[in-house]
Amino acid sequence: MIEVTNLTKRYAGRTAVAGISFSVARGDIVGLLGPNGAGKTTTMRILSCFMPATSGAVRVAGMDVFDHADDVRRRIGYMPENNPLHAEMRVREYLKFRARLKGLGRARSRERVDAVVQQCGLNDVSKRIIGQLSKGYRQRVGLADALVHEPELIILDEPTIGLDPSQIRAVRQMIKDLAQRHTVLLSSHLLPEVEMTCRRVLIMREGKILADDTPENLEKGMGRHGQVIAEIAAAPADLKECWERMPEVQTYNISASGGEYYRCALSVGGGEDLRPQIFALVVERGWKLRELSRRRLSLEDIYIRLTRPESEEESSG
Amino acid sequence: MSAYVTLTRRELGTFFFSWTGYIVIAGAVFLMGLGFISILDKLQGEATPMPITEIFLSLCFWLILLFSAPIITMRLFAQEKYSGTFETLMTAPVGDLEVVLAKFTAALVFYMVMWLPLIGCVFILRALTKGGGLADTGTLGSTFLGIFMLGTLYVAIGCFASALTRSQIVAAITSLAIGMGLFLLSFLADQTAADGSWMAAALNCMAMRQQVEDFARGTVDTRCLVYYATASLFFLFLTYRVVESRRWK
Repeated sequence: MIEVTNLTKRYAGRTAVAGISFSVARGDIVGLLGPNGAGKTTTMRILSCFMPATSGAVRVAGMDVFDHADDVRRRIGYMPENNPLHAEMRVREYLKFRARLKGLGRARSRERVDAVVQQCGLNDVSKRIIGQLSKGYRQRVGLADALVHEPELIILDEPTIGLDPSQIRAVRQMIKDLAQRHTVLLSSHLLPEVEMTCRRVLIMREGKILADDTPENLEKGMGRHGQVIAEIAAAPADLKECWERMPEVQTYNISASGGEYYRCALSVGGGEDLRPQIFALVVERGWKLRELSRRRLSLEDIYIRLTRPESEEESSG
Repeated sequence: MSAYVTLTRRELGTFFFSWTGYIVIAGAVFLMGLGFISILDKLQGEATPMPITEIFLSLCFWLILLFSAPIITMRLFAQEKYSGTFETLMTAPVGDLEVVLAKFTAALVFYMVMWLPLIGCVFILRALTKGGGLADTGTLGSTFLGIFMLGTLYVAIGCFASALTRSQIVAAITSLAIGMGLFLLSFLADQTAADGSWMAAALNCMAMRQQVEDFARGTVDTRCLVYYATASLFFLFLTYRVVESRRWK
């Protein structure tokens, strides 16, 4: 559905997107994740034909977004950041205007407006003025606008920004439902959002794509940096000696944890589960064990690790 | 084409959704009313050879034109850029040219609606004076043609100014400055001697104040029609290029 090759966008004196390549298959639901200023909005604006790329090729449904802008725009439902709407219009009137603008006939646009009003739960407010609606409802109006011409591809820039938790949940559910019939590309700087709604995650920072995989695979791939926590009642010197002897333990940290117990945080390479070995060791030495747990890196840790600015990474590592 | 009609209707609707539209009409009607009073005043004095449309146009036409056109047009692009709806508009499958023409048409139609009360003034005068020779249909027609042609130019200037910026105030001031500058050229034409040089000829073609008087007298000069049409097209073309510039690499 989307093929991006070597996409670069330079603004005066600043590179917003630096030669990224990715593709999105039909029916996929993909999240662009990254801190503010990572180049997500720029990428989406280029995809939706709002502005051209400095270099590189972007194709949507097999057509170049610059040369066939009209055909591409007919196939895309785009909701920009902050969801701008004509505040003085009524919900139904606005959706009808947008449907007609997108080239739907009179009868067809009435039919589609009815359908999206239903789909986005706008029945109660369809005659109200947009400017007087709550933010959650406005977001639904923006989503209804993106859907009204039955696009193959839906692009949503920060669809849940500024909503309260229950509204966020409702909008996320709507996006999930969309994925059955459309290809969806959404951006967010919030990790749980992408984790919950998307089947694939692209992590961006400073105009580059740092990771491109399913949330599960990302976790698995990074899982080798997992951590085992063990609280054992033993002399710190003995513990130290044991960890030194275990080849799987890369680094360890022993701290007093109240009474005779010491808390050992072991970082383990190779993705192996060290817990049985540690248990066997404790039994063999006759120590007392209070806690034994393994903490996998969550997607959040991966995200933080990947999107940390380089300078910070250097100083901490 | 259907996108053009849809957009024009929405733009026109916006004038009447907000207070701006009504305030502009109210202001214009107030100035027309002042002109009307001064006509009545003049008619009570000694006889004048001027047609009443000319008296009227020389007095308050310029005031209404110079100030209403920037206020009508300042919103067109600037507000959409400011609120971000420009992005939703330009990511819909509509051409840049359609957008420019739709906004221009809507503003021009509103501008003409604003002038309608003038017809009322003329009819009241006709009903009150005997003989009815004050303003015949031809003169009235040419007066409105003049109002229309100047409106075309000033609305096109306003479109251009609005497309340049995100701020409505900046747009209004820019179009006021360009419009006022063009208006003041007619005084320059007064100053330069008609010595047959190209400068004098050019200035003569751009002497709008005199041309408006001609329209009001019932004279339709094709040279000024061509001047207004080309100048309007020029500013619309500039507007189109500004809107299109977002897609320049």
